[in-house]
Amino acid sequence: MLKYLIKRVLWMIPLLIGISLISFFIMHLAPGDITSNESAFNPKASEESRQKLREMYNLDKPVIVQYGLWLKRMATLDFGKSFASHQKPVFWQTIDKDGNVTKGLIQEALPITLMINILGLAITLILSIPLGIIAARKYLGWQDRSITLFNFIGFSIPGFWLSLLLMYWLGVVNNWFPISGLHSLNYESLDTWGKIKDSLSHLFLPVIIPSITGLAGITLFVKNGMLDVLHQDYITTARAKGLAENKIIYKHALRNALLPLITIVGLSIPGLIGGSVIAETIFAIPGMGKLFYDAVLMRDFPVVMGILTIGSALTLIGNLIADVMYAWADPRVRRGVVKG
Amino acid sequence: MMTNTSHCLLKTVSTLLISLCISACGSSDYAANSDIDLNKSFASEAGGSLINAMTGEPSGLISMIAGESASSAISSNIFNSLLKYDKNLELEGDLVERWQISADQKTIVFTLKPNLKWADNKPLTSADVLFTWQAVTDEKTASPYASDFQLVKKAEAPDPLTFKVTYAEAYAPALDSWAGLQILPKHLLQGQDLHTTAFARKPVGSHYYKLDSWAHGENLKLSRNPNSVLGQAKIEQLISRIIPDNSAQFLELMADNIDYMGLDPIKYSRIIPARPELQQKLALYKELGNSYTYMGFNLKHKPFDDKRVRLAINYAIDKQEIIDGVYLGLGINIASPYKPGTRWSNPALQPYPYDPAKARALLKEAGFADNDGDGILERDGKPFAFEIVTNQNKEREKSAVLIQRRLKEVGIDVKIRAIEWASFISRFIKTGDFDVVVLGWGLGLDPDQYNIWHSSQQAPGQFNFIGYNNPTIDKLLEQGRVELNPDKRMKIYHEFARVLLEDSPIVYLSAGYGLTAIHKRVKGIDDPAPPAGIGHNSHEWYIPQPLRRNEINQ
Repeated sequence: MLKYLIKRVLWMIPLLIGISLISFFIMHLAPGDITSNESAFNPKASEESRQKLREMYNLDKPVIVQYGLWLKRMATLDFGKSFASHQKPVFWQTIDKDGNVTKGLIQEALPITLMINILGLAITLILSIPLGIIAARKYLGWQDRSITLFNFIGFSIPGFWLSLLLMYWLGVVNNWFPISGLHSLNYESLDTWGKIKDSLSHLFLPVIIPSITGLAGITLFVKNGMLDVLHQDYITTARAKGLAENKIIYKHALRNALLPLITIVGLSIPGLIGGSVIAETIFAIPGMGKLFYDAVLMRDFPVVMGILTIGSALTLIGNLIADVMYAWADPRVRRGVVKG
Repeated sequence: MMTNTSHCLLKTVSTLLISLCISACGSSDYAANSDIDLNKSFASEAGGSLINAMTGEPSGLISMIAGESASSAISSNIFNSLLKYDKNLELEGDLVERWQISADQKTIVFTLKPNLKWADNKPLTSADVLFTWQAVTDEKTASPYASDFQLVKKAEAPDPLTFKVTYAEAYAPALDSWAGLQILPKHLLQGQDLHTTAFARKPVGSHYYKLDSWAHGENLKLSRNPNSVLGQAKIEQLISRIIPDNSAQFLELMADNIDYMGLDPIKYSRIIPARPELQQKLALYKELGNSYTYMGFNLKHKPFDDKRVRLAINYAIDKQEIIDGVYLGLGINIASPYKPGTRWSNPALQPYPYDPAKARALLKEAGFADNDGDGILERDGKPFAFEIVTNQNKEREKSAVLIQRRLKEVGIDVKIRAIEWASFISRFIKTGDFDVVVLGWGLGLDPDQYNIWHSSQQAPGQFNFIGYNNPTIDKLLEQGRVELNPDKRMKIYHEFARVLLEDSPIVYLSAGYGLTAIHKRVKGIDDPAPPAGIGHNSHEWYIPQPLRRNEINQ
């Protein structure tokens, strides 16, 4: 097993280099660079100064040379500095000689996005597993039909529209929840309990809306997995043995029905770091989605590459974790891995 | 024991209730005093907080590097320049008491006001001004705004109050450039790399406000600078919240969580007037910006090199229709590239009227005729068809659609392509690979437009990308650059605008109003807006005590 793991991890290195090479070239296929953003289109700004900036950022060199420079930096895990945000470090903070700490862009955005997505995924799972089980047990009954209907309404509603509607209703008409942002303006002056409450109330809408819209998929997976399993011979055997229905469902059926879910959760790990641009824009949340989107629009190459690299590394790790979890949960897979 | 527990419980419950109450009152504080008449007049008093919303976050607060509007919106509250524009857009001293122009118009001597101080109590002298000039012209700074200052042949600071610049040749836009350069403190920035310095996020300036905190992606809080060189502003705290989405900003405005936001025409003329509760608490302002939208021809491409064709298209487009349809009437028709009502705008000029008959006649004269009867004109067997390229800007796209329809009526087949900004600039503008663009210019207050119209400014990346080449215009632009006398200069630019209109290298589509909603708790705002806009006296705005938010008062 250990040998298998080491092999898998070592394989990631050439894979990551390949991914980064392709990303780098695709990124440079888009016309324009940092000097072609909208505020540079100002008659007061001269072309010479733009050319100087290009030289400063090595943008005047051939793409392959730029990639070499980037790879050289990455070899020391240096993600570089953003072009567009006053040379903020892309990944982690730096401290200058006067002791001023400049936080990294990803360092600031990632915890916010992770928190929202993990909370969202937890809520989705907590709701969808029981819903899926109920739907499978009462297959074609009114419970199943109403759960399916509810899920598909949630699935079909555009997230931004629902967001604006709920912001209006809960924030403007009723003033129950804050409309946008992460903290109130007086956050710093609140006590610990007040801070927790303030954060939670700000997070409520951004977390709950993607959970509702994402419920349909997972519920359906659980339900279908459950239905599959319930028709297996060993369930019939269990029933024939006279086991209690609850024991059959939760001890024998559920564990097998949840197997596909492991893959889904594993594959959603890279998704956890990628925020939704639309949600983050509407709720004024400085997360990863907005960071990436703005970086692409500004042609802020170090940021784009930094996020892509971390994203692809996490995808590979997510795959690995999913495989390992699978092996842990399913003895048949485990045997195959050890042999291979 | 028993009492202790219940006491504890009571305490917890009451804490809970109180915190709930605070949070409830916190955001809707205003409900508590909504019985106060907002239209009443109040005496001016200091204090209070103004909360506004911005769509973007500044990259840094050193404006000679940052350049984007979010950055200058904040930094203009923190830093002073040597000069500034007054409410009627005439130059006056900001850091300087007076300035003198030498007889040959090449030397300007600025005399600073005495006893100026930075927010950290260090003296502000001409050495700081000299340092700022050196920084902006430094190769390593690569400031986009360096070119104006590179024309200075010699800059000196002979004594702490005097700053003297000598130009190789008289340069009329010089004064305007000094009104735009924010003076930076030498004692904090010397030896630092302006591109990486932490100062960009922890600035120390000299203006009315200083930066208190900057929560990344959330808000920037400014409070009054006790050492402000121009005296004290009325409002104690300026808070700028970063809310990228316009609808979310508007919801915050409706819920009274922000005081100030820029509006689009729909919100200004449809949504707010339809809601009495919004009308009651919001004051609306409209002011002409220094910008306009235009349709530009690639003059190097046929048939746009033919003036008759350009005039025909100008006559064929109904500009009022664009103003009414796209801007809901909140714009005006223009005939020169200057803000109407200012010194530089020539009042004698009239925009081209909508006259399709004249357009048809001109096209016929230019040799276009519909020989195959398909409704599209041809010349030399080739149909008159072109593509309008524009960036993804809703108003420009809609304008292009209206233009498309009007040109179809005179027999021109138009296609529209809207494209993301960076691609638009690199793929079409820089390469000159376009027929017609719909774009806008946002301009400074100086009338010099050499970079846009002079025939020497056509290299890739320069701003005369339409390829305009007119010796008369070139000469006028050159004259206007060396004439510092405002009245003589005005005549030059009136003539420039007249020739430009007559030659029609672009079609002026409209100048839209800048629209703003401000909560009525903010008093002291000039209405109607003077030429410089409502912001010119923002240091005199005030929020009377009874109208302030509770949460900030705590």
